[in-house]
Amino acid sequence: MKYMMLVCTDTEPDRDPSAAPDIEKWVAERDANGQRVTGSRFAPPSAATTVRVRDGELLLTDGPFAETKEVIVGFDLIECADLDEAVEVARAHPMAYGGRIELRPLVD
Amino acid sequence: MTDAAGAVAAAGAEAYPRIVAALIRITGDWTLAEDCAQEALAAALERWPRDGVPANPGGWLMTAARNRAVDGLRRATVERRKLRELALLTEPEPAPPEGDVVDDRLRLIFTCCHPALALEARVALTLRTVAGVPTAHIARAFLVSESTMTRRLTRAKAKIAAAGVPYRVPTGSALVERLPGVLAVLYLLFTRGYDADGEPAFATEAIRLARLLDTLMPEQPEVAGLLALFLLHHSRRAARRDADGNPLTLEQQDRSRWDHAGVAEGVALLDRAGHGPYALQARIAACHATARTAADTDWPAIARWYDHLVGLRPTPVVRLNRAVAHGYAYGPAAGLALLAEARSGGALDDYPPALAAQAELTARHGDRDGAAALFRAAGEAVGSEPERRVLLRRAAEVTR
Repeated sequence: MKYMMLVCTDTEPDRDPSAAPDIEKWVAERDANGQRVTGSRFAPPSAATTVRVRDGELLLTDGPFAETKEVIVGFDLIECADLDEAVEVARAHPMAYGGRIELRPLVD
Repeated sequence: MTDAAGAVAAAGAEAYPRIVAALIRITGDWTLAEDCAQEALAAALERWPRDGVPANPGGWLMTAARNRAVDGLRRATVERRKLRELALLTEPEPAPPEGDVVDDRLRLIFTCCHPALALEARVALTLRTVAGVPTAHIARAFLVSESTMTRRLTRAKAKIAAAGVPYRVPTGSALVERLPGVLAVLYLLFTRGYDADGEPAFATEAIRLARLLDTLMPEQPEVAGLLALFLLHHSRRAARRDADGNPLTLEQQDRSRWDHAGVAEGVALLDRAGHGPYALQARIAACHATARTAADTDWPAIARWYDHLVGLRPTPVVRLNRAVAHGYAYGPAAGLALLAEARSGGALDDYPPALAAQAELTARHGDRDGAAALFRAAGEAVGSEPERRVLLRRAAEVTR
């Protein structure tokens, strides 16, 4: 199954920042074993543009569609046998400590 | 007629989780599995009174459920592989002796209790799927309508499918991480049956499930500890209330009405229960359960077990109970000192049992007016009417 990992910040990160694993190592290991399909960091939310079409008219808004303290800072698309494996991948990511990670299964 | 109905009930209790678990493993369809198991029971109720109870009732039910699943899948024209596997699924002979073969029921329990599901959904799904409790009963216990509960169960099953929750028993370090979550669901289920306004049948279901889990994982000490804890608490079920439904303290209970066979079974389990949090609570319960009279209670032993427990679970409620135990073992002053520690920082404020415990200790310490005021405060804070009556009566008693 494919899972989208939405990597987010969190207002209450882990108390010990040094406990978080290394991101380069995380990427290298998951690229090597085939669990990570692709992924990237995002430019800051200030660079975001939200797009809507209403009554045939294009509406552009500066910024992300939801103004929250927690922002999505990146994503990784991973390929795993099941949710337990995906959770193991996510828990090893540094942002599981410094922020939070939302696992969204892809429909196909 | 009643003999045959009784045979269906007995065989169903044993076979239901086995059938549902096997059908889920093969078809991956939770609803189909439950429907087929239910239909098999209905067919048995119709056939057995007429044709007699079969020699292997569990096998008969498994075959009947399997045949319905085959029909259901055929109608849905699904892939051939599932049908082939179903054809191989014959009646359950006694579980194969090989150690690696995981019982389907264990898979089912771990999947129903998966931490990716909401806690209430885990409890409800375990009741529905593993224990076979009708949705209407579960809805009543959760104080929601049957249709709400049906939606909740459907949503949980949909999440299992969509999120890829595996149908598997975790191994190694993953098992160590996941087992406490499974035990917590059973514990919650048990306390639901034990609450003043709870559904008593749930306590029995929790014991049945803990027994099953203990049979399936006899090498896990905390499973034995949890089962022991259930049995020891449950042994007092007939003595916990007076004729008007008012709760009775351990001191007031008629100990001849305790279930002594249940106590013996619980105590025997402690041999292999270790010293995890549930085992420690069971050891405390055993101290109470084996005391011939309230005065014979080995309070220093109970205080010692609470000292251990507070090391593993330093929660305000454990600290409170520890203070009470020390109060009995070493005098009210010792109890009040530990209670003040437990309540520091505002923990347990407005928690009626804490106020009641402080009231009892204060009364034994000689401050009758202070005790009466605390009993009244506890009575005002408590939610259940019978408990309020008891607390207000104690307020009057101490100043008399």
